[in-house]
Amino acid sequence: MSLLTCENAALAYDGRVVISGLDFSVEQGDLLCVTGENGAGKSTLIKGLLGLIKPKSGHIYTGDGLMHKEIGYLPQQNKFHHDFPASVEEVVLSGCLNSIGHRPFYKKAEKQRAADNMVRLGISSIAKQCYGQLSGGQQRRVLLARALCATHRLLLLDEPASGLDPIATAELYRIISHLNRNDGITVIMVSHDIPAAVSMAKHMLHLGNGAIFYGTPEEYKATSSGSAFLGGGA
Amino acid sequence: MIQAMTAMFSYSFMVRALIVGVLVSVSAALLGVSLVLKRYSMIGDGLSHVGFGALSIAAVTGMAELAVAIPVVVIAAVLLLRISENAHIKGDGAIALISTGSLALGVMVISTTTGVNTDIMNYLFGSILAMSGPDAALSLVLSAAVLILFLLFYNRMFAVTFDEGFARATGSPAGSYNTLLACLTAVIIVLGMRMMGALLISSLIIFPPLTAMRLCKTFKGTVICSGMLSAVCFIIGMFISFFFSTPTGASVVAVNIAAFAVFSLIAHIKTLK
Repeated sequence: MSLLTCENAALAYDGRVVISGLDFSVEQGDLLCVTGENGAGKSTLIKGLLGLIKPKSGHIYTGDGLMHKEIGYLPQQNKFHHDFPASVEEVVLSGCLNSIGHRPFYKKAEKQRAADNMVRLGISSIAKQCYGQLSGGQQRRVLLARALCATHRLLLLDEPASGLDPIATAELYRIISHLNRNDGITVIMVSHDIPAAVSMAKHMLHLGNGAIFYGTPEEYKATSSGSAFLGGGA
Repeated sequence: MIQAMTAMFSYSFMVRALIVGVLVSVSAALLGVSLVLKRYSMIGDGLSHVGFGALSIAAVTGMAELAVAIPVVVIAAVLLLRISENAHIKGDGAIALISTGSLALGVMVISTTTGVNTDIMNYLFGSILAMSGPDAALSLVLSAAVLILFLLFYNRMFAVTFDEGFARATGSPAGSYNTLLACLTAVIIVLGMRMMGALLISSLIIFPPLTAMRLCKTFKGTVICSGMLSAVCFIIGMFISFFFSTPTGASVVAVNIAAFAVFSLIAHIKTLK
């Protein structure tokens, strides 16, 4: 059974339907890249998949025993005000909240997990600094480390590379591929970087002007070489 | 000085007031960190007015004050939370409506039946004698319970305060935590308002966190600093109130203002360096 299934789902942003006729499923171990123009509804789709917004019509459901507690998520925007008193360490550790069950406090294992993910993203040296006063790229890595702490089976990333320099971006893609291949984490990633998406993804979902493409990167390349994205696929 | 203090603590109601007051101040300051950061400060203010209405009705009908006010304010808290979460309703307008409405109702009820103005004054601006009542023990237990619950839910409170969307997406019942926060706030407001006054109790929620945030850069640091600051300000305020015969609530707020000014000044000097 699939981890996530969309059945003819339509999603709305601000009361206006931005995506309709979503019909695809994500299997365990998949790496799905979502592309599309600005305003095509990519972030709305991610929120729909997370259950943060309900579909206007159709269904989105989880399967294969996937629970929300097993999902990691990197939101697109940093809406937090810059004087929010929170250290990098506190933010990353808060990603472990879904593993502590009914316990009130974090144990060593969770603290270690947070520390490991900070090392992985090269932010250990700023662990004690105030999150709000970091640069955009640093904040991105902190939130990504938090997402990795929360991830047990599925990771949803909304434009993970935005604000990162080319070296950090390449490193990020390496981490994501590694998680997907070696740890069996299913990844759904929104990206503007189509060459990178095509090279990494196992499946592609392209949203734009009401037309939806879903298929393998090879099929996607074939359509993009034609002048327009004309739906179809799957 | 020592003599004066001994004199002060020779009154048993002063000792009770000090213990309950410190517990309430600390709880209010801890809850306040989340409330201020979530931009829920107005809910605290609205709840105190609802509390005033409820206390007035309880006083007039002769029912136990806490037994009436706590459930009413808890229900109001849940209601106000729903209103401010719902983007389609003008949240701040609705809160102002409920709070001024309750205030007016409370004043009406008290004045038509008893006509005693000191009651209104006591509820609006607080009285240290409120703690001499039989429910001082209940206040003690409830404020201690709020404090313990906040500490047990500390990590969850941080998560929903920092990024509610993430908490929700990764499987935390963020809505329940928000409701818990609102209910604990409601209890603390009812407990504190009889001493601090309906018009002044929200300062216990707002001042210490904002003061702490001038200097603290981590959530844990802010929570600890806010709690300690609130306790110290309350104790100093009570001494001032006792020695200069000023109202307790107003004295405590005055000390909080001074603390805020000092912290702001230090923060400003730090940025100049």
